Amino acid sequence: MATIAVDGKDYETDEEGYLTDLSQWNEEVGKFLAQQENVDLTDQHWEVINFLREYYNEFQIAPAVRVLTKAIGKKLGAEKGNSQYLYELFPYGPAKQACKIAGLPKPTGCV
Amino acid sequence: MAGPEIKAPEMRAYPLIPRLAPGAMAATKSYVANEKVQEEIGFPGKLVDDWHDKAIGKMGELLGKYRSLKVFMDSCVHCGACSDKCHYFLGTGDPKNMPVARQDLMRSVYRRHFTLAGKLVPKLVGARELTRDVLDEWYSYFNQCSECRRCSVFCPYGIDTAEVTMAAREILDCVGYGQKYSNEIIGKVHKIGNNLGLPGPALANTLEGLEEDVLEDTGVAVRYPLDVKGAEVLLVTPSADFFAEPHIESLIGYGKVFHAAGISWTLSTKASEAGNFGMFIGNYEQLRKIAMRVREAALELGVKRIVVGECGHAWRVAYSFWNTLTGIGEGAAGGKPDPFAIQLQSQLDHRYRQPMHICELTWDLIGAGAISFDKEANDHRIITFHDSCNVARGSRMGDTAGGQFEIPRNIIRAVANHYVEMAPGTTHEQTFCCGGGGGLLTDDLLDLRIKGALPRMEALNLVAGGQGVNFMATICAICKAQFSKILPYYGFKMGMVGGVHQLVSTSIKLGDK
Repeated sequence: MATIAVDGKDYETDEEGYLTDLSQWNEEVGKFLAQQENVDLTDQHWEVINFLREYYNEFQIAPAVRVLTKAIGKKLGAEKGNSQYLYELFPYGPAKQACKIAGLPKPTGCV
Repeated sequence: MAGPEIKAPEMRAYPLIPRLAPGAMAATKSYVANEKVQEEIGFPGKLVDDWHDKAIGKMGELLGKYRSLKVFMDSCVHCGACSDKCHYFLGTGDPKNMPVARQDLMRSVYRRHFTLAGKLVPKLVGARELTRDVLDEWYSYFNQCSECRRCSVFCPYGIDTAEVTMAAREILDCVGYGQKYSNEIIGKVHKIGNNLGLPGPALANTLEGLEEDVLEDTGVAVRYPLDVKGAEVLLVTPSADFFAEPHIESLIGYGKVFHAAGISWTLSTKASEAGNFGMFIGNYEQLRKIAMRVREAALELGVKRIVVGECGHAWRVAYSFWNTLTGIGEGAAGGKPDPFAIQLQSQLDHRYRQPMHICELTWDLIGAGAISFDKEANDHRIITFHDSCNVARGSRMGDTAGGQFEIPRNIIRAVANHYVEMAPGTTHEQTFCCGGGGGLLTDDLLDLRIKGALPRMEALNLVAGGQGVNFMATICAICKAQFSKILPYYGFKMGMVGGVHQLVSTSIKLGDK
């Protein structure tokens, strides 16, 4: 276990830097995690992050990549509803890197 | 994720044995499972105080239980036939990634404690005490073996390195020194039902979304049913098929095959995972417990057939172990009376192979003329096939030897026009592991995964350059995830890998047949 400090407050993360307590997440923590990943957050990133969090709140899991691309396509236009666009935003992969920044647990298994 | 930049080794036109790089991978250590992860599946939370005695005791127990392990410990003559057969050795140059050297990490301790010469004159026979350093070395290097068993193909004594790795991991788990990736996943299977941690409502939502997508794409209402009692077929597939790209394309393909052939089928929330990481950690109890979910789901749903989706090690477990583990397959009613195994045997339709691989099912339907294809739909693809290790070397398909090689290839040739084979010595029973199998498909081992993929990437590069191959098909969720991740490091496109049923999905005719 490790901790990160944001605005003078400590947050616990797992070995891989994922926040252990989802409820502790706030935008500042998100920005800090993004910085660690060398991702400069834009409004487009926030669209994804917010969708991930909404979906997680309903289903207790991040959405399938396909569900995510479809939702982003609906919101931001069909030309952005593909995984290539998501990889541009989150180069290590939308499933893992975006989840990390959004404070969600890492999707595990053969993904 | 944002660690130092990892570079892939250079691909060579003529692969040679690499220059030795002693200790190159010694510092590579997959994350150790924390207390919560360990205890959830019944292992000690952290390294126990009497780990030495416990480890030796466990080794003795395994040597007694598995005759094979004792034979493997005794019979190696260090001929070196295996030394240059491991993809991790070829990619890293670390001599401890030679299968013989990896096994000797355990064999040296075996000699010290279980042979007379090793007890009396340890130094003369290369016997070592199990010190903390040796234990750490075990953890490091036994978590750098993907249990792919390529080395075993070349061993004149038939020593199965994977079994040695499994035994080592079992010993490590029992002293509280487990690997996070595998053990966390096993915990999720028991708690949520699958490796991914995908709860039932999310699964249902994902499948509904797929039905909408397929309807939109094809104009045909293909169904992706969940928990339907009385369906003929229960499909058990890796949970990655519900979540990841390109995996989900194959799931779409399975559904289209069932639709076109008019077979009623269902997925199950309880058995929403074909994978069985119990095998990777060499723990029989976990292997059985995870497999048991499939039997329970089959009994509850009353299905007549059990079909396994595109997952390499799941098919090995299903084909090779389910019959004695859980009573799915021929011969399961023998031995100790198990009322539920007997009930399942009478429920299943034995005109079909039980269990059956989705490739067997599709190929049988093609042979019977029950499904047909518009092969030109795949004309933008020049396809090659990557044999997945657990299918190639741990199982079979169909009624003839080598069916596990021919059936997937036959399907590809039946659904597409352009098929190219990679070089001999890199396919069929000599196939190279993708570099991410056996519980190593984790971000903290990315460096190892990239290097371990070198032999496959070199073989792919030859057909990509020479014959324009732009699609590598495979029937394993690990292979798909691993290649999607590492292909770009070698200058290939991520989308170059996909499933056999992704190809089926592209060209199958969905009429009113």
